[in-house]
Amino acid sequence: MSRSRSAPVLFAALGDPTRLRLLRRLSVDGPLSITRLSEGTGLTRQAITKHLNTLGNVGLVRHARHGRERVWELERRRLETARAYLNRIAAEWDAAAERLKAFVEA
Amino acid sequence: MSTDRIEKRVVLRAPRSRVWRAISDAKEFGTWFRLTLDGAFAAGKTVRGRHDNFKVEMRIERIEPERYFSYRWHPYPKDPAKDYAEEPMTLVEFTLEDAEGGGTALTIVESGFDRIPLARRAEAFRMNTEGWAGQIKNLAGYVS
Repeated sequence: MSRSRSAPVLFAALGDPTRLRLLRRLSVDGPLSITRLSEGTGLTRQAITKHLNTLGNVGLVRHARHGRERVWELERRRLETARAYLNRIAAEWDAAAERLKAFVEA
Repeated sequence: MSTDRIEKRVVLRAPRSRVWRAISDAKEFGTWFRLTLDGAFAAGKTVRGRHDNFKVEMRIERIEPERYFSYRWHPYPKDPAKDYAEEPMTLVEFTLEDAEGGGTALTIVESGFDRIPLARRAEAFRMNTEGWAGQIKNLAGYVS
């Protein structure tokens, strides 16, 4: 499966409440099986697998084998890319604060 | 690290009254922010501004002299060809305090990003005109 690296595709994959919940769950509880990830969601294992594949296609999660069980885990680097948006705005504020500082201290 | 807000703290070696004027006076604000604003700030008022390559609309929320100033606006990307009117705005808050040892401690908070559509956030990548990617640093965990 080829992975899309473009930001819009990444954000589209993130733009779903179920997928965001899955990411949070994997972030808090670490690698989990489909069974564990389906618990309490009211969704079938099939539906959860579909969501995980969508996240996997953009490189946000990957699956691995733990013994006989297949588990899903986070790809942290990809999530960090998603944070780049806030970092961009934070950089704008850094620059604005520097200009304000120069302005009032002059 | 939250995905909903940005917080900046800076100590300015200037009295609170001076910093307050730089923030609450639209003309002074425009000078350091690099915007040309079309009127004075007043609670409940919408002030429009122009920058070289984008327009902004600031909806002034609350003004507490020498202590607090807040407004809402549409965050980046500010693409002049697009209409963002229907999209959620972020809240920008400036809070002034006396700094220890003199001067003014200023906190700038911009919040409400979690309500901005993810597709819109992605646009910021396509509108990368200033090489900001090089400034990205300290990328902490997304959900931690």
